[in-house]
Order: sequence, then C-alpha cells, then structure tokens
Amino acid sequence: MKKQISYWREYFKGLWEINPTFKQILGMCPTLAVTVSVINGLAMALATTFVLVFSSVLISLMRKLIPNQVRIAAYIVVIATFVTIVDLVMKASFPVLSKALGPFIPLIVVNCIILGRAEAFASKNSVLRSFLDALGNGTGFLISLLLLGTIREILGSGTVLGYPVLPKGYEPMLIMILPAGGFLTLGLLMGLANFYTDKKDRAAKQTLKGKYMIPANEVLKETEA
Amino acid sequence: MNKVLHIMITLTVIGVIAGGVLALVNIWAEPRIAANQKLETELAIFLVQKEGKSYDQIKINKGELYKVYDEQKNPIGYSLVYEGNGFQGKIRVMIGLQTDLNKITSIEILEQTETPGLGTKVTDPPYKNQYNGLVTSPEIKWVKGKPPAKPNEIQAITGATISSKSVVAIVNEGISELRRLKNEGKI
Repeated sequence: MKKQISYWREYFKGLWEINPTFKQILGMCPTLAVTVSVINGLAMALATTFVLVFSSVLISLMRKLIPNQVRIAAYIVVIATFVTIVDLVMKASFPVLSKALGPFIPLIVVNCIILGRAEAFASKNSVLRSFLDALGNGTGFLISLLLLGTIREILGSGTVLGYPVLPKGYEPMLIMILPAGGFLTLGLLMGLANFYTDKKDRAAKQTLKGKYMIPANEVLKETEA
Repeated sequence: MNKVLHIMITLTVIGVIAGGVLALVNIWAEPRIAANQKLETELAIFLVQKEGKSYDQIKINKGELYKVYDEQKNPIGYSLVYEGNGFQGKIRVMIGLQTDLNKITSIEILEQTETPGLGTKVTDPPYKNQYNGLVTSPEIKWVKGKPPAKPNEIQAITGATISSKSVVAIVNEGISELRRLKNEGKI
C-alpha cells in the first residue's frame, strides 16, 4: 500500500503545485484565446471545470470496466458527451456568452487538461480522490484564467468586467487584447511562477529541515504513479 | 476472442448511453435555441427600423430580406442582412432602408472578426451613426481624413480604413442587389 496524501492536499495541489496552466502547461489554446476579458475567462474556466469534474468522476467509476486497449476512445466519448451538454445548455440559456466563447466550447473535448487528468489520475484513483483532483485542477485553471483575463482586460481595454477602472486619459494598450498580448502575459506570469518556486526550493534546501522534507514534485510523482 | 467481445460490448454500451443522454438534453435545448435565434433576428430587424412593429421575410438568393411594417400594417421599409469580406473575415451587416431604397434608416454590424480595438470600431456609434439618413444614390462613397461633404458620403475610421471601406462596399452591394430585384418587380 503506497502512502497517499490527504484529501485536503488532493484538492489544493491543483491550485498551485500542479496548476494546469503554470505548472503542467496544459490547455494553452483556450488559455491564450479566451482571456481577452475577465468574463470570458471565467465562463471558459467554469465550463471546463464542469466537464473535468464530471468526466473524472465517471472515468474513475468505470476505470475497472474499461479494457485497457480502448480506454482513450472511451474517455473521449465520455468527455465529448459532457462538452456537448455544456454547449447545448449554454446555447439555450446563455446565448450571449455562448456567442463570445464561440468555437472554444466544442474544443474543450480535446482540452488536454481533461484528458490529461483522466489518463494520469482518474483512471488510477478512487472516485473521491478523482473528484477532488478534478475540482482542484479546475480551480487552478480558473485562477490562472482570471489572472490572465484581469491583467489583459485592464491593460488592453482599461476595464474589469466591463467597468472602467483606469482614469479616462488612459490609452488602452491594444496589443494586450491581441494574441501577442496573451503570449506576453502568459510568458511573464509563468516566468514569475518558476522564479518563485525556484527560490523557495533553494531556501528549503539550505535549512536543516529541508534535508528531511520530501520535495513537492516527488510527492506528486508518488500520487500519479 | 473474449477480449475482443469485451472491448466491443464496453464501447457499444458507452456509445449508446452517451447518445441517449445527448438526445434527452437536445429535446430540452432545441426549442430554446431556436427561440433565441428568432429573438436575435427580430431584435436586429427592428434595431434598424425603429418604427417597425411587424415583418415578413422575403426569399432572396443572397442574404436575408425582411419587409417591415408599422402599426397600421403600412410598409415602411426593408431590413436586409448582407455579408461580405472585411479585413480578416466575414462582416455581416443589417441594413435598414426606406421603401424606395433611396435612404438608409440605420445599419447594425451583426458579426465581424476585425482587429480588436481598430477594425472593431465599425461597430461603435461614431462610425455606424454616419449611416443614419444617408442618401444611397448613386452609391455610398467614403472619404478619409476630412468630414464628409456630400449627403452620400461617410468618413472612414483612421487606422481602420479597410474595415470602413468593407462595410461601405457591403452596403452598396446589398442595395444594388435590392434595386435589381425591385426593377424586376420581385420585391
């Protein structure tokens, strides 16, 4: 019996330690494409989290029934079903939002966060753990998209959620809401995240306590193995 | 053999369940999606024909044409949906016209994929309000860097000349198409 981390950490690791955007570098396409405004990022992250949680739970439930050779096909069908449900519900109940997110909702099917967590985690772990892992990763994705969306919307349009926050004389930096701004913001944030992690790791090694602590990434390897 | 059977059965069961669930969701969603689309079209039709109360759709080859009536059921003009190429992709414009096609009531950009912040300015009031009451004969012209002098001119947006020109071209094309249909007595 391998050692397992607490349920609490199962959820919280998705927020930072294995944050899908900054640490796993998954789901880059929707991250860059929809974060021109806060509301788009929020809607995209919520839709992805919904699909991620439900497909992770279902895949975890079925993990012993699905033959190994066709597992990817089975996962894709499960994921695609949930994505289509989200797409239809959004078109029926939130037409404005559905128009803004356009082709990105159907593309959640091939969002690597969902397939990645299904393959790396849900197919090997219990339902409760899979649920917490999916919810954690979804929250991590939400945090990253909100962060990117806020920075890009403030600099690119001078607004947050459509409300002006910068003085009237501010000339919006158009590049921030163009694709180039997405790459710039993402790159800088990712660099910042790595810089912070590096510094913390080095500090931990220098203290005596650090010698007896298991580094964060090894804990993860254990749970994912 | 057993293995193959197992694989087949599992995938079939998953597929059947997925299909069934989606069919159920679709039964719920389909009428709502259709209602949303109808509402959106109606909203756009009356947006460019402020006095309009009811409308009839007229079948034409390119674009969508709606004849708009006021409260007493008198025809007051047309709402025409027409599309053409913009700077990066298609621009769909709703054009409101008087019955004699000589004046535009107003226009509305329905869909566009222009450059955010530059080309997208064609959807903003300063640009599109120039079309309110614009004379359409012989055709709409655009000027650059100076205010329009003639009643059939509009001013192109600085930094978004191509998008501005594209909208003018789409509107002109749509109107000449309607003129042709009118001469043939089809509308």
